[in-house]
Amino acid sequence: MATLVSHPDEVKLLSSRFGKGATSIDKYIELDGYTAVRKAIELGPEGIIAEMKASNLRGRGGAGFPTGMKWSFVPKQSAKPKYVLVNGDESEPGTCKDRLIFEHDPHSVIEGVIIAGLAIGSRMGFIYLRGEYRYLLTIMEKAIEDAYAKGFLGKGIFGSNIDFDIISHTGAGAYEVGEESALMESLEGKRGIPRIRPPFPAVVGLYGGPTIINNAETLATVPHIFRIGAAEYAKIGTERNGGTRLFALSGDVAKPGVYELPMGYNLKKMIYEVGGGIPNGRSLKAVVPGGASCPALLPTEIDIGMDFDQVAKAGSMLGSGGVVVVDDTVCMVEFALRTMKFYAHESCGWCIPCREGTDWLKKTLTRFHAGAGVAKDIDNIRYLAQNMLGRTFCPLGDAAAMPTIAFVDKFRKEFEDHLDGKPCPYAHQPEAALAGV
Amino acid sequence: MADVTFTVDGKKLTAPAGTLLIEACREASIAIPQFCYYPGLSLQAACRMCLVRLEKVPKLQTACTTPVAEGMVVVSESDEITQARKATIELLLGNHPLDCPVCDAGGECELQDMTFKYGPPDSRYTEVKQHREEQQWSPVVYFDRPRCILCYRCVRMCGEGMDVWALGVQNRGVTSIIAPNQGDHLDCEECGMCIDACPVGALTSGAYRYKTRPWEMNHVSTVCTHCGDGCKTTLGVRSVDNGSQILRGDNRDKSGINGDFLCIKGRYAFDFANNDDRLTKPLLRGADGKLAEVSWEQALQHAGTKLREIRESSGGRSIGVIGSNRTTNEENYLLQKFARTVLGTNNIDHHRTADFVAFARAISGEKDRAASLRETMTAPAILLLGNDPTEQHPLLAWNLRTNVRHHNARIYLVNHTGIKLERQAHESLIIPQDGYANVVRFLAGEDAAFPGVQLGDEARKFREALRAEPSLLIIFGSEYRGRDVEALVNFGMGLAQARFACLGDYVNSRGAADMGLLPGLLPGYIPVTQGGAFAEEYGDALPQAPGMDLVEMFDAAERGELAALYVVGSNPIARYGIDPAALKKTFTIVQDMFLTETAQLADVVFPAANLYEKAGTVTNTYGDQQLVKKAADRAGVRTDFELMVRLADSMGADPRKLVPFGRGVHADMGQTRGAQSGEADRHAVWLAAQNLEPKLSPFDPFAILDEIQRLVPGYQVSRLELLAGNDVHVQSSLVEIDAGPERHALILPAQDTLFTSGTLGRYSTVLHSVMESHATKPTETAAD
Repeated sequence: MATLVSHPDEVKLLSSRFGKGATSIDKYIELDGYTAVRKAIELGPEGIIAEMKASNLRGRGGAGFPTGMKWSFVPKQSAKPKYVLVNGDESEPGTCKDRLIFEHDPHSVIEGVIIAGLAIGSRMGFIYLRGEYRYLLTIMEKAIEDAYAKGFLGKGIFGSNIDFDIISHTGAGAYEVGEESALMESLEGKRGIPRIRPPFPAVVGLYGGPTIINNAETLATVPHIFRIGAAEYAKIGTERNGGTRLFALSGDVAKPGVYELPMGYNLKKMIYEVGGGIPNGRSLKAVVPGGASCPALLPTEIDIGMDFDQVAKAGSMLGSGGVVVVDDTVCMVEFALRTMKFYAHESCGWCIPCREGTDWLKKTLTRFHAGAGVAKDIDNIRYLAQNMLGRTFCPLGDAAAMPTIAFVDKFRKEFEDHLDGKPCPYAHQPEAALAGV
Repeated sequence: MADVTFTVDGKKLTAPAGTLLIEACREASIAIPQFCYYPGLSLQAACRMCLVRLEKVPKLQTACTTPVAEGMVVVSESDEITQARKATIELLLGNHPLDCPVCDAGGECELQDMTFKYGPPDSRYTEVKQHREEQQWSPVVYFDRPRCILCYRCVRMCGEGMDVWALGVQNRGVTSIIAPNQGDHLDCEECGMCIDACPVGALTSGAYRYKTRPWEMNHVSTVCTHCGDGCKTTLGVRSVDNGSQILRGDNRDKSGINGDFLCIKGRYAFDFANNDDRLTKPLLRGADGKLAEVSWEQALQHAGTKLREIRESSGGRSIGVIGSNRTTNEENYLLQKFARTVLGTNNIDHHRTADFVAFARAISGEKDRAASLRETMTAPAILLLGNDPTEQHPLLAWNLRTNVRHHNARIYLVNHTGIKLERQAHESLIIPQDGYANVVRFLAGEDAAFPGVQLGDEARKFREALRAEPSLLIIFGSEYRGRDVEALVNFGMGLAQARFACLGDYVNSRGAADMGLLPGLLPGYIPVTQGGAFAEEYGDALPQAPGMDLVEMFDAAERGELAALYVVGSNPIARYGIDPAALKKTFTIVQDMFLTETAQLADVVFPAANLYEKAGTVTNTYGDQQLVKKAADRAGVRTDFELMVRLADSMGADPRKLVPFGRGVHADMGQTRGAQSGEADRHAVWLAAQNLEPKLSPFDPFAILDEIQRLVPGYQVSRLELLAGNDVHVQSSLVEIDAGPERHALILPAQDTLFTSGTLGRYSTVLHSVMESHATKPTETAAD
């Protein structure tokens, strides 16, 4: 188990039970667990959705879509069964928040799933864990088993006349199935390749039924909203960005770790106060604010609040909340190469621009970093990324393109310094930069 | 659906709501490039070539997945879109080997075409390309991985289209690869559809690869000679020193009755034509009892003289004629005319693979009861009794599958064994092998139709669902003969809106019956005893007593009562299992491509051309008449049509009476007309259709087409349609007929599989290699 970190600025909702033995159902109940779902049963579907909308909770997977609105898209009547699906395929480099939830507070996910099920009239939920999180499956399965034993799952949950079942499942190790429709394909036993949309999952999702699919953190947040009230929850964050968020602070900071901070928390403060600043007397070179797919920010760009809107305004994305701090010893070309290696490895291969583009970029960057680059390579790298952007079948292509474009635009000099057969003029420390990943 | 109006590049267009933008644009002649999109198969949105700009949508959108909507504003070409397509081509070419100069697809490659239109003039790519060795997946399918652009057409064609699912995708990212699901080989029907669907040269044909370049061939669209479905096939033909050789068959011409489809036989099994065993010189049995090569004059002289002598000494009744299922309508018509008016006999028959006579009798007097093959693609409900279309009528199977996939057609299946189409069936009913007559009684309401067998609720459910259908297409195999056909048709007539199809084998089985290769019936099933228009046309020469059928002829031969037998393109000795000794006392003339069991017994053997080496028309088992174009040529052989005319001539008969030609001096064989690959030579077609073009030669089959159209009931179809290469449905006979006594033994279904084709199939190298390969490889059952 990872060591837990703490900071006085934290507002502990999601993480309030971390380290307190809440994997035990009795402990979870003692810590106010399974009270939210009882309130939700009383509220009924419309009440739940109204409360969710009022909370201003936005999806924690990366896109930041308002959760209450997402739930309201599910048709009331459906010939096919409706499903609730937990996206626990946490794979974005720099992100390790859902893992802590599964590890320390699995019942909050179960409770969130049941509430989502109540909201849309579903009778079944699936918890899909990342393939590499197989070791968390035993925790999750134990939690589900305990919930069944208490009558919180199964027939007539909490003494009501509502039935609800939950099944857990792991992937086989593919970043791509973090994309919601690819996840559904994978769960159905097919190749993890995204689906053509529309139709969207809310209408045609898992096994063709209307489906809510939410990030694990999103669903784990839901019980807390009902516990403290939507208005109270919304107050914590900024406008249109309700509540708190688990930020995974990693890289060249003194105190890396997962911190629960209010939405809109200042990034600079996060790095220098919460994270304890850049160690070893080095200085900041760049920050990747929301996981590897988000364009890096320069030190001059980080005096911003960490919510979806403010980070977007700064030209990047809040993404999955994985903040990677890069100090002045890191070669940005190598950083770009590491990033691209990841996307080339994880591209599902379905569409041409992503399949060929990521591989081509990987090869070019490899050669370039090794000192065999020529001047036109720099423009080629940017050209390739630019021509992937917005043209691929799913957002993976964009995720690979956006940071690459930013690397070239913001660190062009570092690229130029690699020309003329020179060995990499920067220290080789990307391992350190990504150590927290 | 209601029409919607939308704008593409400033042009106002209208299409039914829900139409895919890419299709709507195609209708309006706005070309949108595509690799992965393939009409009729599931959507992929993978190649990103069809990206277009939709107003108010931030990203470029794929036209292949965008349904048109009212007021939609689309830009299909702009700098931004051209750049997107150019970049995609650049990316594809990055790892593409660019071995176009030696690639089979060179010259007919969609990637070449796209590169020509959008491609960059140079490459930014400097890395080593991904390479993999080519693989042979089956005798007919090779895979060149580096050329593959991963459009998944082959995967979908094999799975969705063929319901075979032999292909899949392995690995991910740039290492993604199309691969057989059986590891190193395809466990499949060897249809080659994957090759046709492949937009590049990744999948190539084992029969064709590295043989020629596409532009060195003439592409002639004609009709496949094998099963009774009569698919259009485009033959690629190249000149060689002894004629012109067929190098490939494919389905580039998707205008045919088969749309996209071709099976292994249509695609590859033309190779019998190139077989070294082909006869190219006439053979005459010498004094030593052995067949020896002689000149055409000698052979014709001998055959003609001998036939004339027999006719004059013993009369026409002592002469028998056996026709073919693979010769054209014009040849079949001419053969019966020759038999009846020159030889003076009604002893004429052919290898009957289905009881078309009983079918004609059953629906006689009814209008529009015979369904065309096209209806199997659209009928909402189909009852299929007997037969296994996957093996025996691959196009029918394709159509039924497609109909289910696209239109949710309900197939009701009755068979004595499980067949692959069960997977598409709405309801299935397994009956005892001898229960085909009983099941009709059961469907008609008789619960105790199967003596001693208690049918369960499933069977009754089947019957109820079937009888509730507002319209029904009833397709039956050769399990139904004689009175059973009648009973089935009567049952169908009792339901609302039933139409029928009778399944026979080989390309022109139906045509052989329609053209009167029958001892008691003239063309159009007109009894010889009545004569009808033929009595007038043929005059006194027409004998009026019904002749002997095929079995009776051999019985008579055995008794020494058949003085002469003329066999055209048929092998009755092998097919009917007749004792070769039966022909000892009979003067036998055979015209065939090969020295078959029957030809070996002949006194005179004429080397004949096959269907790919002649022009004319054929009628498939559903009654769809199609034009056959001459594709190949082989020095030394003659068409059956020409042979009949020459034989009549050598007997001293007037060819002008047999074939109404004339009005000119220059002999045009009627075979040089028509453009390539389905592209009609419109002026020539129009002239011919209007009967304005003189028939200049007695060997011109179109000279006798006039007579067929004039005299044979049901064949008064549009000549313009026919000669333009379209399929035209002939009307079923409206004449009341009596087929005479039931002779079940005469109906001998071919029982061909996907990889056999009667005697002809034995001479196909491809079919042999595929059968050998399937025999040595462990195959999973298709249902797995």
